[in-house]
Amino acid sequence: MTIALVNKPAAERAAPEAVVMRFAGDSGDGIQLTGGQFTLSTALAGNDLATFPDFPAEIRAPQGTTFGVSAFQINFGSTSIDTAGDAPDVLMAMNPAALKVNLPALRLGGLIIADTGAFDERNLEKAGYKENPLEGAALAKYQVVPLDITRLTLEAVKPLGLGNRDALRCKAMWALGLTLWMFDRDRGPLIEYLKTKFGAKGDKLVEANIAALNAGHAYGETAEIGQQVRQLRVPPAEMPPGLYRTVTGGETIALGLVAGSQLAGLPLFLGSYPITPASPILHQLSKLKEYDVTTFQAEDEIAAICSAIGASYAGQLGVTSSSGPGIALKGEALGLAIISELPLVVVNCQRGGPSTGLPTKTEQSDLYQAVYGRNGDAPLVVLASRSPSDCFEVAMEAVRLAVQFMTPVMLLTDGYIANAAEPWRVPDMSAYQPFPTTFFDEVPAEGKINPYLRDPETLKRVWIKPGTAGLTHRIGGIEKSFSTGEISYEPANHQKMTDTRKAKIDGIANHIPEQEVSLGTASGKLAVVGWGSTFGPIQQGVRRARARGADVSHIHIRHLWPLPRNLGTLLRSYERVLVPEMNTGQLKTVLRDQFLIDAKPFNKVSGQPFMIAEIEAAIEQALA
Amino acid sequence: MNALPQFTPADFASDQEVRWCPGCGDYSILKTVQRTLAQIGARPENTVCVSGIGCSSRFPYYVETYGYHTIHGRAPAIATGVKLANPALDVWIVTGDGDGLSIGGNHMLHLLRRNLDCQVLLFNNEIYGLTKGQYSPTSRSGTRSPSTPFGSVESPISPCGFALGSGARFIARGYDIAQAKLPDLLQRAYQHKGTSFVEIYTNCIVYNDGAFQNFAGKKAVPDALLWLEHGKPILFDKGAKGLRLNRNSLALEVVAVSDGNVEGLDILVHDETSKTMAQLLLDMPFGDFPIALGVIYCNPAPAFETAVIEQNTKAAAGKKRDLNALLRKGDTWSVEADAPPPDA
Repeated sequence: MTIALVNKPAAERAAPEAVVMRFAGDSGDGIQLTGGQFTLSTALAGNDLATFPDFPAEIRAPQGTTFGVSAFQINFGSTSIDTAGDAPDVLMAMNPAALKVNLPALRLGGLIIADTGAFDERNLEKAGYKENPLEGAALAKYQVVPLDITRLTLEAVKPLGLGNRDALRCKAMWALGLTLWMFDRDRGPLIEYLKTKFGAKGDKLVEANIAALNAGHAYGETAEIGQQVRQLRVPPAEMPPGLYRTVTGGETIALGLVAGSQLAGLPLFLGSYPITPASPILHQLSKLKEYDVTTFQAEDEIAAICSAIGASYAGQLGVTSSSGPGIALKGEALGLAIISELPLVVVNCQRGGPSTGLPTKTEQSDLYQAVYGRNGDAPLVVLASRSPSDCFEVAMEAVRLAVQFMTPVMLLTDGYIANAAEPWRVPDMSAYQPFPTTFFDEVPAEGKINPYLRDPETLKRVWIKPGTAGLTHRIGGIEKSFSTGEISYEPANHQKMTDTRKAKIDGIANHIPEQEVSLGTASGKLAVVGWGSTFGPIQQGVRRARARGADVSHIHIRHLWPLPRNLGTLLRSYERVLVPEMNTGQLKTVLRDQFLIDAKPFNKVSGQPFMIAEIEAAIEQALA
Repeated sequence: MNALPQFTPADFASDQEVRWCPGCGDYSILKTVQRTLAQIGARPENTVCVSGIGCSSRFPYYVETYGYHTIHGRAPAIATGVKLANPALDVWIVTGDGDGLSIGGNHMLHLLRRNLDCQVLLFNNEIYGLTKGQYSPTSRSGTRSPSTPFGSVESPISPCGFALGSGARFIARGYDIAQAKLPDLLQRAYQHKGTSFVEIYTNCIVYNDGAFQNFAGKKAVPDALLWLEHGKPILFDKGAKGLRLNRNSLALEVVAVSDGNVEGLDILVHDETSKTMAQLLLDMPFGDFPIALGVIYCNPAPAFETAVIEQNTKAAAGKKRDLNALLRKGDTWSVEADAPPPDA
């Protein structure tokens, strides 16, 4: 629950449980950097938090326009935080366009800090304002603090003699300084960060940024900003003991893949082609050469997956990462990996679709593509991570299943998970059981090796590394004989191989955890079933509904294919099943198909995550 | 190179029934490759044949080595992963004019510019065989086929010219039944460190029979072909003709040579390290000029996988592999079990 932080008598101004703050400005204003720095300071203050970076697809959209607005929202508090928050309590608007785009989200009565220096005629016109909204009654429902941040920043950095352009770039730092004061935060770590990050660009710029930061902070301390902005301290959240850091999904996917390959005892090979929002995985892994990691930026998406398949064929762990459109291009090669029965991890960092769609916005509309999207009967394993910290374990699980069952595994994340940050309780690697890989090297006493020799229990085939004497063999995309591994067009053999490939994937259900209930009871009136990044809003929505006495539980699925073997029974123990998804009802269809249950959809495809209130309303309706 | 081959050509023949059409040029290439593998002392287990889709791409099934018959056009990409994962493997890519230059043209370009250490055998029959006779990107203008009943209006691509333009460092050309010369070409390709691009004209007896009869086979016209030799004057037609550079037009011209006397004729000497000469030889219009065969260009440069591994090794040097430390990198904070919250 969010609590107002403004305009309350001192006695009532108890420490709020949570605050939602949104920074918004031009995409060139450094909003994402500012948000990231505020996130770090929030984490170091011991709050739980969740962030939502929301930026345009264009690198530098024209200045002052509404489509060039970049925003960063953070929800932080002393209680458990699962989402980036529904409605911001505070909006820092660096220009008229930022105000225009973000005002509809602001909580009624919320606080707007606006840079009046940027509300000039030209910017107002670009944002489509006929008159200045800061004057007059347009913002009467909100608390407005107009501050000439532009002028205050220019004054603060004046002694350093920067050019106007460089000086104006320090505006975001001034705003950050003021924000740090508002929440009683330590400036030390940020000043350290600025020194290391921008040290190379010349001391003057670093000094200017620090000067702006300090000036913003000092302004809060000394200026009369009226009754509206006061210093607040959000007490630390109660979190399980341990060591924490903030992470984004891009980082944890990379770390999980490295950890998984180390547990498997395999070198990791990433073949990838840059695509928003999956590129951070390529960037992260490129830096980790000391962990037996090879990264290859291929000429296209197809070459990326094919190089990974080649590396797996040669005995490494092949990985490829992309987003929806790139995964579509990889479809044929996925079929090759399936029929060749080679391990492969495919990370699909979903974005809005179809086609180019909304490259920087979030969506979970690739479930059909993951489960069904290939020619032929081509089953593979599909997993989904629910949050940045969850990505670490899911990536390790993807590696485990790929290697232990000689199969491609698709790991679904999305743009929200890739870019959002949250505190992560850093695990101890000794807590994880290694799953060392064995390569087959026994030369048969007589006859030839059948490369499709299988483990009778799991049906996984042998993994033979080229270079192994006496075991030369040929594999490929043409159907192979079950008993010899040679090309076979026999009707009965194709039936048997198709059945075997399906049985192998289906059987994985016996080697994954049973489905648990995330919140609530194992039976009852309503189960809200989700997957992926909707975890936060569903969890909070269900929690609030339960607090009001509603009989509702939350089930969140990590293993999407094969589904956990108890899932059907579990779902049937509720009277109703509601499936909120950021698509038009894909998991709903899968659940109906697999279990013949009357799962009801609740869908949103606006490129924005669910709000808690939306889930709450859907629960209410489902229970009515 | 091993002086005494440990394996015979028969050791490199798999027990699979070869399923090309009787009389297909691919048979003689297969025999030559099996012979070459024995001659160069290749070990079956260290040799990997990677192919795409098409008649030529069935090749791996017939060679007793490791083999991966992949998907249409993507063999260069698969091979790149194989070689980066295990540089000790000797990788042969077998492809065709459609597989390598149409659906897989992009991968071929990048393989060549990166210079991955491998051999590319591009079987060029100037037609789509497996799909029953449509024109290919190397088919000559006017080619009548099921998809071009009125003749193709496209200009064909020159595979070797494409390779040169893509940055290949080794380019050779031969034809299927050149049993005397082809083994030498394949040996040179094997010895070259980097991508060795070998175009092999292959007769498709069913859909494009006789496409190369002017210079290959019994009906060959003696002055229609020219075998290049590094450091030797460029002569053909049993020494009766040679090539020289016209200094005004900067193009090649044919000069008659009488009694083998090249004195004063300015006959060019083949320099396989010269990219300019390679370009001139590849640009010769067939008909007025012979077709240039042999090693057209060989100018080694560092191989891709060597550079990647060197960089990886350097980047990892002195760094300890410590997952727990990696996970704890950057700004961290501790939440204590029993202590009061920091702000209390």
